[in-house]
Amino acid sequence: MEEALRHGPLSARPPPAAAMRWTRLAPGLTLAVLVAPLAFGLAFTALPAFGYLPALGGHVVSLRYFAAFFTMPGIVRSIALALGIGLATGGISFLLVVLFVAGWAGTPAFARLQRGLSPLLAVPHAAAAFGLAFLVAPSGFLMRLASPWLTGLTRPPDWLIVHDPLGITMTVGMIVKEAPFLFLVSLAALPQLKLVETRRLAASLGYGRIAGFAYLLAPALYGQIRLAVFAVIAYSASVVDVAAILGPTLPAPLPVRLLSWMNEANLSMRFVASAGALVQFALVLAALALWLAGERLVGGGSALLRACGVRFRRDRWLRFLSFGLVVLCAAAVFTGLALLALWSLAGLWQFPDALPQVFWLKTWQRQLSEIAAPFATTLVTALVATAIALALTVACLAREDETGRTGGRRALLLVYLPLLVPQISFVFGLQVLSLLTGIDASLAGLVFVHLIFVLPYVFLSLSDPWRAFDPRYAVVASGLGLSRGAIFRRVRLPMLARAVLTAAAVGFAVSVAQYLPTVLIGAGRLTTITTEAVALASGGNARVIGVYAFLQAILPFLGFAIASLVPALLFRNRRALRT
Amino acid sequence: MTAMHKGLWLRDVAIDLAGVRLIALDAEVAPGAVLTVMGPSGSGKSTLLAFIGGFLDPVFTARGEARVDGVDLTALPAEERRAGILFQDPLLFPHLSVAANVAFAIPRHEKGRSRRRAIAEAALGEVGLADFAARDPATLSGGQKARVALMRTLVSHPRLLLLDEPFSKLDATLRGHMRSLVFDRARAAGLPVVLVTHDKADAEAAGGACVRIGDDA
Repeated sequence: MEEALRHGPLSARPPPAAAMRWTRLAPGLTLAVLVAPLAFGLAFTALPAFGYLPALGGHVVSLRYFAAFFTMPGIVRSIALALGIGLATGGISFLLVVLFVAGWAGTPAFARLQRGLSPLLAVPHAAAAFGLAFLVAPSGFLMRLASPWLTGLTRPPDWLIVHDPLGITMTVGMIVKEAPFLFLVSLAALPQLKLVETRRLAASLGYGRIAGFAYLLAPALYGQIRLAVFAVIAYSASVVDVAAILGPTLPAPLPVRLLSWMNEANLSMRFVASAGALVQFALVLAALALWLAGERLVGGGSALLRACGVRFRRDRWLRFLSFGLVVLCAAAVFTGLALLALWSLAGLWQFPDALPQVFWLKTWQRQLSEIAAPFATTLVTALVATAIALALTVACLAREDETGRTGGRRALLLVYLPLLVPQISFVFGLQVLSLLTGIDASLAGLVFVHLIFVLPYVFLSLSDPWRAFDPRYAVVASGLGLSRGAIFRRVRLPMLARAVLTAAAVGFAVSVAQYLPTVLIGAGRLTTITTEAVALASGGNARVIGVYAFLQAILPFLGFAIASLVPALLFRNRRALRT
Repeated sequence: MTAMHKGLWLRDVAIDLAGVRLIALDAEVAPGAVLTVMGPSGSGKSTLLAFIGGFLDPVFTARGEARVDGVDLTALPAEERRAGILFQDPLLFPHLSVAANVAFAIPRHEKGRSRRRAIAEAALGEVGLADFAARDPATLSGGQKARVALMRTLVSHPRLLLLDEPFSKLDATLRGHMRSLVFDRARAAGLPVVLVTHDKADAEAAGGACVRIGDDA
């Protein structure tokens, strides 16, 4: 009762009208899109893993493909790499973000950097990874800048920086993308913390800024972003495209090897790959279990320090270190993108020249006819998947308004589910299904598999601003005689136009960046800019890579640019809607 | 006789939350008169407005009738009740200009863009805001916004006015001015008014009957 009174007696909804009843179907449909592919995908991964898939000649249930899997050369190392890279990416990204937020939230520098970091989220993983490779490789930009005056080198050294056997460069490549993601999720959670008051209180009691945050606010913040951290760990342990571009090769992390087995002509390797995909699932569960153990350890350690009254007053160096690292992340990605553009336009560019001697459009011209089809596929798939995701999300949120019930924490977990289960573990099964049903390499199949990953991001992006809408606007409009549909069209959508378009841009970016689902469902016949770009990784033609990766990076940016320009033009004289 | 009643007639209104009675009320409000409902914040006094307007959250259970000029509002959907409501925030639609905010409220039977625009501008003129028609509502002062919100409600030809602490966010001088403007307008238009407030001065200015709820008395 207390709560009902605090929230007020207003319902956002005028009483039901028949016109909007279709929204009733939305939660079920959305749930189906989120959960059904997971269930069917996992099932059709598990069947061949245990040897049963009559269509491919597997009739006997056995464990022999697991046995075969574990006898593959270097398999333990492949598993360890995936596990280590997942945990390292999650841990370091999380630590960096918490330190940065603890040390800087609420300062002008924070606000400035916030604007700089947001676009990072739009950069596809593959493009960021290629950019990083062009930056740090032995023949890369940094080495060129330092040569020959500092290093004395006139030829690129023979160092294994990219594809290093421990996966350090790959981990860095993941961190520069995942840290901004966690940062933006944290930003969304910050308004619910009493940041300024708590900081003043902690300071007045003699605590350093970071210590005060860690003791008083970090637990609440962590509760808000925990699922996102899990998603980062799961994703980093299972990623294929970044691993193919930056990761170790002999042996490669497990997901890369699984994909190559899946694509082998020898059909029995599919069974082994399926067994491996289940191991990958177990691997991610193990990574999350380790992380949970780590949670307790850190929580206990923090409580101990707090109980001892450790104030950590001189944290200036740590604050500046976190700031520097965050800036470095952003700088690495943006410089990398510039290098992609540079290489795509480069003519002769000898080591150690920092810049090409000649610029030309030859590379673009040569690729133009090759690019057209994958470009169209990328665009159509992204637009259709985003449109469907947006319609489902809006209908779900409208249904929330009608019933007055949100799904709560359990629904949030469901939304996160496709981001927590490794793609490879269930998209394998979906590929098998697509072969059986004949929708492999079809646009519809591609759109659907993209939708599974676009929908969660669109929902996460739109739900907060949607729920923050003041229901009294609807009450006022209803009192003025507007029907529910009219309120939706003439009040709610225009006022939320910016949030809706931003969510659409997020969905578009997610779709453009999809690698593994595209490769598996597109089956090599339906390709996108992303699959083409990643396929170039082993070839090493930097100019062509520049063309594809730059194009891959620029598409999401265009989406976000449109999403911010349209409301800016539409509402150019409306101050309250400009920010 | 009941069907011919002029003004607002609340009969056997009872609103409960989780089995606890928040409001029980019988009242008549003549055209142009004000019924003030007073109570501390959290007492549920706004539920009465939500009940009359048709926005009551389903966690509350309500019964009773609310008739205006003989029409039972509770039988109508919210958008057909024509219950003009003013909150403590003016809630001007941020995507529309000042004049468009007012024009938004004009009933459909007023046809033609220029005619509707003329009505909106005339309404703004009545409260000294004729020059603000094309402005962005975000650029108006608090008092100006409150006046636009009032005129937006009045041009919709409401059956009655529901006021949910509409003066509480205005500073002292503006508050007095706004009070008399709202009550004068309601009297001129013959609208029964239900005012929910915790400010005694509001009740005194309103001058009508006063009901207290949620006190331990």
